[in-house]
Amino acid sequence: MIKVRTKRQKIQSRRVRAPRKAWNLRLYIAGDTSRSLAALTNLQKICDEHLPGRYHVEVVDLLKNPQLAAGDQIVAVPTLVRRLPPPLKKIIGDLSNWQRVLVGLDLRPGKVSQ
Amino acid sequence: MSRTRQVRPKAKNEIAKCPTGIFGLDEITEGGLPKGRPTLICGAAGCGKTILAMEFLARGVTEFDEPGVFMAFEETGPELIKNVASMGFDLPSMVARKKLVLDHVRVERSEIEETGEYDLEGLFIRLSSAIDAIGAKRVVLDTIESLFSGFSNTNILRAELRRLFAWLKQRGVSAVITAETGDGRITRNGIEEYVADCVILLDHRVEDQSSIRRLRVVKYRGTMHGTNEYPFLIGQTGLSVLPLSSLKLEHKALAERISTGVPRLDTMLGGKGFYRGTSILVSGVAGTGKSSLAAHFVQAACARGERALYMASEQSTNEVIRNMRSIGIDLESWIKRGLLRFYAARPGTFGLEKHLVTIHDLTMGFDPRVVVIDPITNFGSVGTYTEVKSMVTRLIDMFKSQEITAMFTSLTSGDSNPEQSEVGVSSQMDAWLLLRNLECNGERNRGLYVLKSRGMAHSNQIREFLLTDHGIQLRDVYLGPAGLLTGSARAAQEAKERAESIERRQQALRKAFELKQKRQQLEAEIAKMRADFALMEHRSLRDARELESQEKQILMDRGEMARIRKADLVQAHGNGRA
Repeated sequence: MIKVRTKRQKIQSRRVRAPRKAWNLRLYIAGDTSRSLAALTNLQKICDEHLPGRYHVEVVDLLKNPQLAAGDQIVAVPTLVRRLPPPLKKIIGDLSNWQRVLVGLDLRPGKVSQ
Repeated sequence: MSRTRQVRPKAKNEIAKCPTGIFGLDEITEGGLPKGRPTLICGAAGCGKTILAMEFLARGVTEFDEPGVFMAFEETGPELIKNVASMGFDLPSMVARKKLVLDHVRVERSEIEETGEYDLEGLFIRLSSAIDAIGAKRVVLDTIESLFSGFSNTNILRAELRRLFAWLKQRGVSAVITAETGDGRITRNGIEEYVADCVILLDHRVEDQSSIRRLRVVKYRGTMHGTNEYPFLIGQTGLSVLPLSSLKLEHKALAERISTGVPRLDTMLGGKGFYRGTSILVSGVAGTGKSSLAAHFVQAACARGERALYMASEQSTNEVIRNMRSIGIDLESWIKRGLLRFYAARPGTFGLEKHLVTIHDLTMGFDPRVVVIDPITNFGSVGTYTEVKSMVTRLIDMFKSQEITAMFTSLTSGDSNPEQSEVGVSSQMDAWLLLRNLECNGERNRGLYVLKSRGMAHSNQIREFLLTDHGIQLRDVYLGPAGLLTGSARAAQEAKERAESIERRQQALRKAFELKQKRQQLEAEIAKMRADFALMEHRSLRDARELESQEKQILMDRGEMARIRKADLVQAHGNGRA
């Protein structure tokens, strides 16, 4: 399992208030394909822009750990799972459509997030 | 529980097949589903696709030792286990023994947001790890339609499906995919384009208030298969496909004979009774004794230690038992010993299919050697003539394939010719006994005759059929000047014949007596004659002796006298010498 730890950024965005809880996101990929890399890159960018300093991303490679697919009911790959805050949300695809990613994560710009 | 499976040996150049173990399906497909290839099972909701797929896997584990993976998209693991537990499949133990993997895949559109390019590699990974975990040879995906309702990008989906089936083929697993039928197409989403090796369609209709399930092999690449629609049932032992007529009529012809229960009837049937594994029709108008004959047949089977199943569609079990006790048959003791089982239900309670399922389940579960269906004509109230006829055909086929001897009783209406009304069903029966009412002299008596009995010489005579305290008795029937004599007329005739024979015997005795007397008389006469003769003989002998002695005396006297007379003369003669 590859854990990507972020540098906690001290700069707080003016638009987004400081959250009380941190976001826990898990990205399921299947090997190092271009799609996986694209998803990872996109995810990084989205998180840096909208959740600076409040997110925690885990990347799970299903080729190395196939048994983890059943737990979150992963069928499509790549899948991004928002584990915290609840409710559980799944976003599939390489995350190139940012609008939909934000909608999917329930993270519209300007919306107060918990 | 034994089931005979008639599976044809593989022909040359035919593709390898994977037997399903499902009753009748292997026969239609001539060996089973294609091995190592995907098969598509499609049908509307509630047709039995999941059951078929699950049975394919479960029997694969229990009968062919092939582990399987069930990827369920609609039902959860516990739901599946519960649904098939009633059919005797113990899924949890199979899972524990690592012969089965049940994986529930939840695809919920509302949970998913699509944001770009993706593929279904997650599914592949899950399938792959499940197959590798137990070395599975069989895979079920039930139902693939869920993917279409979960993901909106059909292009990606179709591409992935194509990849999936190629991948399954490459892995060498025999896969069963279930899908829903669509209007005008075989499947709603056109999956049949990808699964081209074998397509089976399931259909569930309600016609005339009875539900009919049908199965059809639409396509099966690389082999011969039955192309008709075959009725099938879902019973307690799972799916059973009942070919309308056994594809090749390859029933074995058994040579063993079994008793009918009435000894005189056995002699009428070539001396030994019915052939085992044949079907017998007993027809007659009301009150002619058909059920009684059936009860005798069942009793004879139980007495041989064989199990018998009695299906009564007119009377309750207790009524039959009570009625048969009055003619000296004790069915209850056989029930207690577990050799006889009753199934009593009016036809109107269920549709024809359900009756067929129940009979089928009972036959499979109880494994009788002899079955009685009494009467078969009652089913006309829940089906048309053709439906009842086809049901009887299926029953006959079912029994013959299990080598069960079946007796069907049939009620004919009094007015029409009894031989004519049975034309549809009777041609399939191997033996036909007709019970008739014989009217004469103001009485009604019952007569029985053997109308046909295939494969044996049978009597062509009518016998009078009596129901006595000791069971059925058959008596010879006399031919009088006005026709058959039965009942009291027969008794009268019998009495007359008895009297005549007594008279003849007496006459013979009398003659013998006369002869004896004459002999005695003659002997007496002979004795008298002998006596007379003896007397005569005696007398004549005496006379002869007397004469002889007289002669002697005379001679002596003469000599004496000559001596006295100095018999000179004699001496003179003598002196001449001296």
